[in-house]
Amino acid sequence: MTDTTQDLTTSSTPEGGGDREGRSIFSLLRKAEIDTRLFGMIMALLVLWVGFHIMSGGTFLTPRNLWNLSVQTAAVAIMATGMVLVIVSRNIDLSVGSMLAVVGMGMALLQAEILPDLIGFDHWATWIIALAAGLVMGAVIGGFQGAIVAYVGVPSFIVTLGGLLVWRGVAWAMASGRTIAPMDSTFQLLGGGSRGTIGATWSWIVGIVACVAIIVGLVNRRRQRSKYGFTLRPKWAEVALGAFACLAVLGAVWVINSYPMPERLAMQYAEERGLVWPEEGLIIPLGIAIPVILALAVALAMNFIATRRRFGRYVFAIGGNPEAAELGGIKTRFTIVKTFALMGVLVALAAAVQTARLNAAVSGLGTLTELYVIAAAVIGGTSLAGGIGTIAGAVLGALVMQSLQSGMVLMGVDAPLQDIVVGVVLVIAVAIDTFYRRRAT
Amino acid sequence: MTQVMNDRTPLVQMRNMSVAFGGVHAVDDVTVDLYGGEVVALVGGNGAGKTTLIKTLSGAHPADSGEIYIDGKLASIDNPRDAKEYGIETIYQTLALAENIDAPANMFLGRELKTRWGTLDEAAMEDATRKVMGRLNPKFLNFKTPVNSLSGGQRQSVAIARTVHFNARILIMDEPTAALGPAETAQVAELIKQLKAEGIGIFLISHDIHDVFDLADRISVMLQGQLVGTVNKEDVTMDEVLGMIIIGKLPSEVTETELETLH
Repeated sequence: MTDTTQDLTTSSTPEGGGDREGRSIFSLLRKAEIDTRLFGMIMALLVLWVGFHIMSGGTFLTPRNLWNLSVQTAAVAIMATGMVLVIVSRNIDLSVGSMLAVVGMGMALLQAEILPDLIGFDHWATWIIALAAGLVMGAVIGGFQGAIVAYVGVPSFIVTLGGLLVWRGVAWAMASGRTIAPMDSTFQLLGGGSRGTIGATWSWIVGIVACVAIIVGLVNRRRQRSKYGFTLRPKWAEVALGAFACLAVLGAVWVINSYPMPERLAMQYAEERGLVWPEEGLIIPLGIAIPVILALAVALAMNFIATRRRFGRYVFAIGGNPEAAELGGIKTRFTIVKTFALMGVLVALAAAVQTARLNAAVSGLGTLTELYVIAAAVIGGTSLAGGIGTIAGAVLGALVMQSLQSGMVLMGVDAPLQDIVVGVVLVIAVAIDTFYRRRAT
Repeated sequence: MTQVMNDRTPLVQMRNMSVAFGGVHAVDDVTVDLYGGEVVALVGGNGAGKTTLIKTLSGAHPADSGEIYIDGKLASIDNPRDAKEYGIETIYQTLALAENIDAPANMFLGRELKTRWGTLDEAAMEDATRKVMGRLNPKFLNFKTPVNSLSGGQRQSVAIARTVHFNARILIMDEPTAALGPAETAQVAELIKQLKAEGIGIFLISHDIHDVFDLADRISVMLQGQLVGTVNKEDVTMDEVLGMIIIGKLPSEVTETELETLH
């Protein structure tokens, strides 16, 4: 590939607005083919974090708070990745909070009341059966709502608004409003309590595997594109991108691993392993929490589905132009059913995380969660008009929402004021996004 | 010419097609046919039923009654996928592009290429798109941007590229030049002649009577859902075809007084 062709293609991409060249950061980013929107979000998040750190008297950017933040973000992040696809396909799912309660209740009843009678209390298979049943429940409920949307033609807003009421009521009826507890001991690990982590060594392994995957991915993409002689990212950009991503991943692992077990737990841990408890105590890192691993795995899988699989392509095509998708021969209705079923599965995963974390299921679980999930997706750049959205954006959106909340808690902001701030930020974020989108086209 | 054609099996034969919307007969017992290497123009005023008729062939809309024969064999076309199986490609008036995805994604929409691992083979699709565009519109270079940032002519190229790449045997073009400038219109005309020479049968819907006379071999005229008649281009004048469109009668049946009202 010669330099001339490279120049040709770069200059031919229509970016509109002649002022672009002047702003060197943006032109640099574009040359490196880095998503400026995503970059902007990461920057905004960092500014938010530093701001909170200063205003909370140095308590925000601590391993302890960041570890908690990662665990608290997991459930909403898991659901937000599915909400992206639902919204991209020009639909909405208002029922996720209530579905969370129903599926959580179902899994809790199964492991606290039904399975102990059948296979005995704390049987090793309990958590697997409960989780599998929950995932099936989520898929069926989601798919059922999706089928009403796709085949009956009732707007998704209405179907899932009905679902919001129905499933909340069903969750109550399933246990007559009782609190169902306790959860199976293995199942509890999904919630990422102090035992639900993978430890320092495995955290490093996860970090290194992620690094290798990033590098392999970059190299692979480059090879694929050079096979056909397409323009490639400049080498420096490729190297810088890989290095930056790896540093970020390993840095995150380092921060997480800097958060040690609380003393009582560390003592227990030492005792179980026959270690001597020294006077000054032991510093044993918790490592990455299991729900965080789960959320990261979901984000990767969903990103893969959204960008590398036909299904994802079809969801975007439907969102861009439903008629064109239909004329292109896509089974649009079935695709819609699948997006809602997928949403249901992700809700079930989030329900497992939440009930495991609480070690109980209550019918009020997940109240108002739908709004946080939708807000996370929208702050992450998903357009409610359909057709536009990214998984990474939604995860970042979830992180922004959770950062706002925990930052304000650290600052001692009153609950009503917290809601006001979150609401205002949501509107401002979308306003900024709309502004830039309009300028870009 | 007609005599020669009738000896062969028509590529497409649509017999007694009818489509009704509520009580309105959008297409009423229409029979048309198309041979390989031939352009048949479908003309008529707004609401004459041209688009609805060809939608039954492209699988976009089911017919209430009537039969479609491809290569003389009864075909069942219930959706766009079926139509594509028969090698029927359509360029819709609206272009039917998903605005938020790029040109290769649109070209392969519904027929994506996959890698060994079942993932989308973006590079192969981009490569194929570049090749087709190299033939159709060498100035086209935006393979990575969503099509909503392209000009009308470039979008048209994407829609046409789709039909060319997938080797259509039967091509339906619904107002292919309505959104184009003169240079691009000439390009489309050139393409139609080229595809015709390759033996492809083309149904052309157009409002532009000059285009029709320039490109078509036969002209089928529709009025209020019914077929007025099909004529060979050589046998008629533009005025006679206009007469068919407006009065709804074959040239031989038109009376002097009716002709008077036209002028």
